[in-house]
Amino acid sequence: MTVPPRVRRLSTALSPVLLAVGFGAWWFSASRAEPPPSALGGETTRFEASRNSFGLAAPTLTNTERRTFEVGDSFFTQNWVTAPASTDARDGLGPTMNARACSSCHVLDGRGLPPDLDDEGAELGLLLRLSIPGADPETGAPLPDPAYGGQLQDASINGVGAEGAIGVSYESIAGTYGDGTPYELAAPTYTVDDLAFGEAHPDLLVGPRLAPAVFGVGLLEEIPEADLLALADPDDADGDGISGRANRVWSATLGEMTIGRFGWKANTATVRDQVADAFFGDIGITSSLHPVQNCPGVQVACAEAIDGGDPELTDSRLGSVTFYNRTLAVPGARVDGGGDDDLADQILDGFGLFDDFGCSSCHAPTFTTGDSDIAALADQTIHPYTDLLLHDMGEGLADGRPDHLATGSEWRTPPLWGLGLIDDVNAGRFLLHDGRARTIEEAILWHGGEAETSREAFRLADAGDRAALVAFLEAL
Amino acid sequence: MLNRTRPRAVLAGLALLPATLVACGDDGASDETTTAVVETYAEGVYTSYVATLDSATAMDAAIDAFVADPTDSTLAAAKDAWIAARDIYGPTEAFRFYGGPIDDEETGPEGLINAWPLDEAYIDYVEGDATAGIVNDAETYPEITADLLVSLNEDGGEANISTGWHAIEFLLWGQDLSLDGPGERPVSDFTTADNADRRAAYLAVASDLLLVHLGDLVDAWAPDADNYRADFVALESDEALRHIITGIGELSRGELAGERMNVAYAERSQEDEHSCFSDNTVADIVGNAQGIANVVTGSYEGSSGTGLADLVAEVDEDLADRLVAEVEASVDTVAAIPSPFDQHLVDGVSDDDPGRVAIVAGMDALELQTETIVEVAEALGVTISIT
Repeated sequence: MTVPPRVRRLSTALSPVLLAVGFGAWWFSASRAEPPPSALGGETTRFEASRNSFGLAAPTLTNTERRTFEVGDSFFTQNWVTAPASTDARDGLGPTMNARACSSCHVLDGRGLPPDLDDEGAELGLLLRLSIPGADPETGAPLPDPAYGGQLQDASINGVGAEGAIGVSYESIAGTYGDGTPYELAAPTYTVDDLAFGEAHPDLLVGPRLAPAVFGVGLLEEIPEADLLALADPDDADGDGISGRANRVWSATLGEMTIGRFGWKANTATVRDQVADAFFGDIGITSSLHPVQNCPGVQVACAEAIDGGDPELTDSRLGSVTFYNRTLAVPGARVDGGGDDDLADQILDGFGLFDDFGCSSCHAPTFTTGDSDIAALADQTIHPYTDLLLHDMGEGLADGRPDHLATGSEWRTPPLWGLGLIDDVNAGRFLLHDGRARTIEEAILWHGGEAETSREAFRLADAGDRAALVAFLEAL
Repeated sequence: MLNRTRPRAVLAGLALLPATLVACGDDGASDETTTAVVETYAEGVYTSYVATLDSATAMDAAIDAFVADPTDSTLAAAKDAWIAARDIYGPTEAFRFYGGPIDDEETGPEGLINAWPLDEAYIDYVEGDATAGIVNDAETYPEITADLLVSLNEDGGEANISTGWHAIEFLLWGQDLSLDGPGERPVSDFTTADNADRRAAYLAVASDLLLVHLGDLVDAWAPDADNYRADFVALESDEALRHIITGIGELSRGELAGERMNVAYAERSQEDEHSCFSDNTVADIVGNAQGIANVVTGSYEGSSGTGLADLVAEVDEDLADRLVAEVEASVDTVAAIPSPFDQHLVDGVSDDDPGRVAIVAGMDALELQTETIVEVAEALGVTISIT
């Protein structure tokens, strides 16, 4: 048996023979670059790569915490039903909504899929945020459309009727890599169709949003604010072309303006706010954070529909679902190539290029969490590959819809952990805020604005380096 | 990750950790026994679904008889037939959670067979809304047909709530509005009440659809055919074992102890139980626990052979004994929960009440056996992925 170029730590545990071989290889590899980290979520990481990779409990929960996790899992996963119902803990769906359950869009706790143009009626996973020009003077939040509110609900319970339908069409954009290899991007155009209450506001702003995977948010919530702000450079004082700034939003949970961490434009402060907002906006479930049904004045049938309690989601259940979201395990990275040494080398090269191309300027690799009310989340070294800050991503990606401090072309750096597993969990991988990118390469090629230099470094790189970068990202 | 999955028929192994590179044989379990376990399992799944289809066919006949001549006695016969069929279905839930025919991403009928909770007001009138539901909306839904119910389930791309066991249960029993008994839907709902004929049509169609979906599962697992079973028994033995053990592991803790027992126990919502209309929930729970025991012992409804425990015994006899003892103890422990289940969920019932104590004992037993199932997977060199 010849000595492989590099032997991963895990395989050394398999047998004494491998251990001996491994030692030699370890000595050999010690002189080379460090492999990328694999325990992306610190001690919350789980390494079972499967279609369930995004839906596992952090292994460090106590038995009592695990049972809370299960209650949250249930209310996240199961359908909500029309009120009144025998299952009175679970009624109050709608009256208008986008989905019947969190898991309808976050399938297997993962990512939504954009509308399938060949399959009418399958709009789950993507929604349209609506607003009109201006901002709330106190919170900076976008202003809702008077008749349709802040989000288009494209479904309803019986007898009420949807607000409208999502329309999308794609236009092909051709481009070429530096080596002449052609590529095509699909540029979407969104419309709000079949409006039930007449024309929307003439200056309506529409922002498409795809449901992201939900694991890891508890860890992101525990990154000390100062560590995020330390990465911000709103005026690009260091002249590297990358500004990065924190959004500031109202947190109903905390009762104060604070840094935004969640949502495609970092417009939400805490996981609890995010969960309550999604219950309200997406499923039509009221809670103490959103006590009044989502029925703008003209929507009479909506307002007259029977509700499922006051509120429909108790604070205790909101707490359980929040706990569930916070304590889902982060899937480990498969940086060892699964036994394929060539792939392992490629991943290592890609990890270096991720830095060289400047990706890591915004997709910040490493943080340490602070204190937490959940012991499993405290003091963890994590590798989310995000700075949670807003960056101008150029006109190509812009939705033109400001959200608090975020302009129409600014987006929050999304975390990259789990990127390579999306396809295994969700039967398809559609990237970016609206799922327009059908591959990792396309997602990179859509980067503009502050990320233009990085994108060009990738576009102009040779095919081997491009493949290496993608291999690294696939391993996350 | 619970039963509202859209799993995929991924039979090929994903990128796994090196632990899975260790083949079963290296651990002392023989290939012959592994093959026997996989073959016994495939046959057991098949005969279990055949038995379910047979009993559901009997239920369908009883429902047809009731619809043709709605009386107290034909209604009672239809209810009895539902319970008999439901009890045979329960153990088959051990065949879920790995993207097999029951919950395959594209074609799995689980959401159509067993969706819960049921959206009652989407189907028929409920306390507080006398004109709710498809049954009472002849304008929007002029005719109640199988095509209509299937299309409504596909509407919006998510598993809907208008078909399956619990839809039939709701139409037979009605809402459970009493503290100590099941629902008491009057026969007049099918004779003189508004939309009685539409209600009867809904019941008959939902029953027909259940037969279709169960029939698909029988076909997928039938021997000597070009079907899922053929692919399953041809899998690398580690991969087949991974599916088998993942199924019982996920059912044991996340689904049964967690979702079906602990959530109901902790939330104290009286009807937050699976068969809330018929008060058959304890039997559902026992059926699920029995399904796990069946896989362990290799003894299924209608067939038997080499069980998972036989394979474990080749590696670690004590572990095999413990596994068998624990899964059998779990069945006994959950069977000791006093019925009806919903009485233990009422506000004000003390945690020291025998019913609540029995539920906790059941959860403890299931959680304990799950730890052992994880140990078994490790002993066999198989990586499973359960919540």
